[in-house]
Amino acid sequence: MSWLQKLLPPKIKSRNNGSKSGVPEGLWSKCNACSAVLYRTDLENNLDVCPKCGYHTPVPARRRLDILLDAEGRFEIGAEVRPVDILKFKDSKRYPDRLSAAQDDTGEDDALVVMQGAIMNVPCVVAAFEFKFIGGSMGSVVGERFVRGVKTALDNNLPFICVAASGGARMQEGLNSLMQMAKTSAILTKLSEQRLPFISVLTDPTMGGVSASFAFLGDVVIGEPGALIGFAGPRVIEQTVRETLPEGFQRSEFLLQKGAIDMIVDRREMRRKLADLLTLLTKQAAVS
Amino acid sequence: MKTTFLDFEQPIAELENKIEELRFVQDDSAVDISVEISHLEKKSQELTKTIYGKLTPWQISQVARHPQRPYTLDYIAGIFTDFEELHGDRAFADDTAIVGGVARFNGQSVMVIGHQKGRDTKERQYRNFGMPRPEGYRKALRLMKLAEKFNLPIITFIDTPGAYPGIGAEERGQSEAIGRNLYEMTKLRVPVICTVIGEGGSGGALAIAVGDVVQMLQYSTYSVISPEGCASILWKTAERAADAADALGITASRLKTLGLIDKVINEPVGGAHRNPVQMMATMKKAIADALRAQQEKSIDELLETRFDRLMDYGQFKEEAIA
Repeated sequence: MSWLQKLLPPKIKSRNNGSKSGVPEGLWSKCNACSAVLYRTDLENNLDVCPKCGYHTPVPARRRLDILLDAEGRFEIGAEVRPVDILKFKDSKRYPDRLSAAQDDTGEDDALVVMQGAIMNVPCVVAAFEFKFIGGSMGSVVGERFVRGVKTALDNNLPFICVAASGGARMQEGLNSLMQMAKTSAILTKLSEQRLPFISVLTDPTMGGVSASFAFLGDVVIGEPGALIGFAGPRVIEQTVRETLPEGFQRSEFLLQKGAIDMIVDRREMRRKLADLLTLLTKQAAVS
Repeated sequence: MKTTFLDFEQPIAELENKIEELRFVQDDSAVDISVEISHLEKKSQELTKTIYGKLTPWQISQVARHPQRPYTLDYIAGIFTDFEELHGDRAFADDTAIVGGVARFNGQSVMVIGHQKGRDTKERQYRNFGMPRPEGYRKALRLMKLAEKFNLPIITFIDTPGAYPGIGAEERGQSEAIGRNLYEMTKLRVPVICTVIGEGGSGGALAIAVGDVVQMLQYSTYSVISPEGCASILWKTAERAADAADALGITASRLKTLGLIDKVINEPVGGAHRNPVQMMATMKKAIADALRAQQEKSIDELLETRFDRLMDYGQFKEEAIA
């Protein structure tokens, strides 16, 4: 503490804690990357991409679907599927408590939301991960909703798109969650048999069991700019190899350079790009 | 070779030491103490049975990682003949953490693939502690495709702490390699028999464990994350690994109850390493039984059953939507 701070009476000291400012909560928002202070509405109008530096702020599943899908004619798939506590899992918290906390926090029942709809009038099924729901972790419900989404695509002859944002498998469901990797990968064989495209969009972050299952099985794999994508987390790798990781390691740009993904697409271009790719792959006329 | 005893086996170790001493004494003694020795031996057997009768999941994971436990190449030498090891992924390198090749099993040509750990420091390093890199999974897939082409059943042995978390592994697409195997194994047109013989560590294990039969040795483990990894994330300290092992449900018996594996293969008293000869015989029979059952099915039936089983994984409830 400096001599000046010591001199100041306590009341004046606390005045600098921004928390008591007169600005209403949520009106302003600070960019995580460049620290620019942004007007919340501006940021939202820009699809949560920082207008100053282009940083892609993570977005909730439903907002993602709102951004991608046409407003008309959507309906949700697999919402009836709900989580159960198979193992009576308990660490510092019971799993059911973790689930209800996540449910209160996000308004979702689990970490994947699936909808049938259309992107610029191109019909498709889209699944989106809710990262704020226990780290977007994949348990039985995520796996089952994914499968039901693909089955809907199969029944209606539609392409399937998944927008991933996940820390990996859900530990609280034990081996059942590991098996969701096999389950989600297996259903994609049916999509291939029917020659229906699967486009995999990887957003920040896509790691572990999600990364090492369906994420890289896309006919086209797209990364959002700057997204962290990989099998093992950077900290685990650092502890294992005892080296500092190269700059930009496991980011979309790095993956593109290594040949792991097809392209990087800005969120503001994503709708258009997906519609273009889908029409090209399924030999439909271009969207206007 | 002298048996290495784990912490919880110390009472057995003490008895065994005593027996060893007595044997040493007997060699140059006029008094016959063989009665005493056989008494102690019986006692040691009983004690081993008692201790192994109530192992905790954490103790079982110690047995699963026991440095003297039989590894894939031991099973290959023990129950297969004419093994021809095949190397490399044809793109980058040969990963020594996964071994594979053609061999005969009861005279029948098969493809055998498994994770391989090392016994001493040098060998452990050479095998990268049984942690494969992408080229390992790609080699495994290449061999599985080869098996499919020549209509050979595939037998896999799972024994890995996990896929290797390294810079090069990430650069070469560890995720893609694992995901690709899961996808391709779903539709292999030959029977696939998978046996967890030690550690079934997460995605790195699953990448060669999608098949028609998944069986586990009695003291092997199969888990979405290592107990230590889970503890350090959820309990914020790896010290709570025993609690995590309990919570995760990683043992063969628990997973059988949960319906996630087909069969638990019994081990000799005190674990596979205490009686490798007996272990080989049991393993040979388990694989033969599994193979016979699968080979009775038509290819279509085989693939349909495999797929349905994959779709059945997971537990959830369904609720009417308001």
